[in-house]
Amino acid sequence: MSAEDWFREDRLPHIFCAGCGNGTIINCTLEAVDSLGWKIDDTVFVSGIGCSSRASGYIKTDSLHTTHGRAIPFATGVKMAKKDFNVVVFSGDGDLSAIGGNHFIHACRRNIDITVICMNNQIYGMTGGQGSPCTPKGAVSTTTPYGMEENPFDLCELASAAGANYVARWTSYHVKELTQAIKTGLQRPGLSFIEVVVQCPTNYGRRNRLRDVQSMISAMKDHALLKEKRDRLLAEGKPIPDDMFVVGTLTDRNRPALGVNE
Amino acid sequence: MKYEVLFSGFGGQGIILSAVILGRAAAMYDGKYAVQSQSYGPEARGGASSSTVIISSDPIQYPKVLQPNLYVIMSEAGFLKFGAAAPESALMLVDSGLVQSRPRCRFIEIPATMQAKEVLGKPIVANIVMLGALVSATGMVSFEAMERAVLDSVPKGTEELNIRALNLGRDILQKGGDA
Amino acid sequence: MQGNDACAEGAVAAGCRFFAGYPITPSSEVAEQMARRLPKLGGTFIQMEDELASMAAIIGGAWTGVRSMTATSGPGFSLMMENIGYAAFTETPCVVINIQRGGPSTGQPTMAAQGDMLQARFGSHGDYSVIALAPSTVQEMFNLTVKAFNLADRFRVPAFLMSDEIIGHLRERVEFPDEVECIPPKTIREGMLPFEPEDDLVPGFTPFGKGHRVHVTGLTHNEKGYPASTDPDLHEKLVMRLVEKVERARHEIADYDIVNPEAEIVFISYGAPTRAVRQALLDAPGKSYGHLNLRTVWPFPEGLLKKFTNARVFLVPEMNLGQIAREIQRHVDQPVIPIPRLGGALHVPSYLLKSAEEHE
Repeated sequence: MSAEDWFREDRLPHIFCAGCGNGTIINCTLEAVDSLGWKIDDTVFVSGIGCSSRASGYIKTDSLHTTHGRAIPFATGVKMAKKDFNVVVFSGDGDLSAIGGNHFIHACRRNIDITVICMNNQIYGMTGGQGSPCTPKGAVSTTTPYGMEENPFDLCELASAAGANYVARWTSYHVKELTQAIKTGLQRPGLSFIEVVVQCPTNYGRRNRLRDVQSMISAMKDHALLKEKRDRLLAEGKPIPDDMFVVGTLTDRNRPALGVNE
Repeated sequence: MKYEVLFSGFGGQGIILSAVILGRAAAMYDGKYAVQSQSYGPEARGGASSSTVIISSDPIQYPKVLQPNLYVIMSEAGFLKFGAAAPESALMLVDSGLVQSRPRCRFIEIPATMQAKEVLGKPIVANIVMLGALVSATGMVSFEAMERAVLDSVPKGTEELNIRALNLGRDILQKGGDA
Repeated sequence: MQGNDACAEGAVAAGCRFFAGYPITPSSEVAEQMARRLPKLGGTFIQMEDELASMAAIIGGAWTGVRSMTATSGPGFSLMMENIGYAAFTETPCVVINIQRGGPSTGQPTMAAQGDMLQARFGSHGDYSVIALAPSTVQEMFNLTVKAFNLADRFRVPAFLMSDEIIGHLRERVEFPDEVECIPPKTIREGMLPFEPEDDLVPGFTPFGKGHRVHVTGLTHNEKGYPASTDPDLHEKLVMRLVEKVERARHEIADYDIVNPEAEIVFISYGAPTRAVRQALLDAPGKSYGHLNLRTVWPFPEGLLKKFTNARVFLVPEMNLGQIAREIQRHVDQPVIPIPRLGGALHVPSYLLKSAEEHE
């Protein structure tokens, strides 16, 4: 089997815009599940609402495309009712951290044995580019026409603090690292959270002077600060640049987990 | 004969449990029909709680007590809220150490809490003392059925204490209560 | 045994092995009993972070092929509404227990009401159909919970047990049968698509992990289960089918008692007020009032109304301002008189008799 075997070919063409990074994340995910030898009929993908959440429909497994923000509690039901399923959640930054924020916190607290992959495009892409809890300060969206005034969420810090066993952040540029992180997350008992910063040229880039895909990807690459480097800067007492975000494995531990198939 | 019994006291006295035990004695061990319901507020402890049970030899349709003919009152607040309006035809058992007022209807004073403390060293079983007195005063269920219902309902290890409490209630009643 | 405990025992007897819920008065005893019972039976109890999550979780549980249930009361029922619509649209068999309390809002947490009856039918957005049962005895808390599971599976819908604080907290004698009839959902037939209806308009069920590789979405979907949300005809056909599969079976689903079908003055009730009507009829042996007790409220079994061939007036005591009376009036020409009682106290039988006498 290969990663391609996991795609529902009869669903093509997909709805993602040209230049969207979500497809990359789906590819990396399927590469990871396939490399682990997971079986299509033992795996369930669950998603909420938004561009990211359409992903479950393009994959051949049994899948639930649920209501806005609620992918995690649906997934919790699947996992707790039948622990031998491998359960993976796709979510977006708005879906996961705004309307679904409380479910996310409690899934991390329970440390339930599912993997949550957040496609963080920093915007509500599907509904036309409204600001989300992850829209960076100053960024323009249709609901922040004068620039975002609020502070953005650090979803990885949230997940770590709430109790997730495995937390990593990468971008859609870091394909190899991302695939490896997902693979590690899938294997780790307990909740694994992988945040992927992803380009949305249509509804984010267009309004924020990042018109083409290449400039968005360059921006992600340039602003991504490896955790190891961040730690070194801290140790040396050097400042961390304001406009950088940390990528890498941020938490990796083995606390007691819920719903592990024994 | 249809008995409509109202228990009242403060939360934590086992007011609801009393009604449950009485209902169980009737329905499970005495071949009668019983329905039990309760009124309760937001408080887990304190407050004036009440609980009712209907016992009849015929099936019971209406589940709520409209006009009790028997009252078991274990606090002054409970008396004021639920007991003061008792009709003259009713019979009321009052825990005489805790209830200061007395009704217009026939009543029997049972120093249940005081005696439970003095004789058994456990005021917590005062509600069972009241049940012993109630059953002896009315014969509404057999004493044996009551014993079995008490044994079903109390925590393990407290069976003997509760049976002694039941007997104590019967003895107080047979001596004419506190009157 | 208490009504809420009998409900949980009914669920266990029906093979429910997944419960997700959030504590709320006056339904919490259902969750507490499930928390005690399920782990010993190899099932799972999970307390969720809220009622939205509870409803979501039981839908997830149901798709693994495990009978799944939640229990709540008014405010929680309101929070469940979006995902109840999801369950209806995705044809997910599941059971929701609502021990109704006084509303709106936080209202009367410890007092009974029947104010959620229309919400049960219409509470989520869009058109759909569900099944709602109403017990009036502790025995029926057991029996109708079992029945709710069978109906949910038979029609692939959310089925509600619309009880109330009076029956939920009532203690009376219950007899548990040695075995209850559990009818599993029909499985999909070879060559059929996952959302392709059979003759009864209900598709065969395709639980996860059996190789069906089904995609379940709350978007308007074709028979394959794939999103097709901009096709007007497809959407109309799908919604019509979801309503029709339940509505046209309303007489198969109907569960009721009829007393004195020849009467001119007829009481119609469900849930706790049924007990008041029955007492009123006992208290007035000289009068021959009719009585229709509905154990199935939705789909509304309107054909039963025709059985009262001499009826001049229908009197409908409810612990709301006439929610089902309004439904009854849609189907009959005779006057339908609501007898509302709010505040948590049950109708007094003598008051019901007085109301009846006014129409003699």
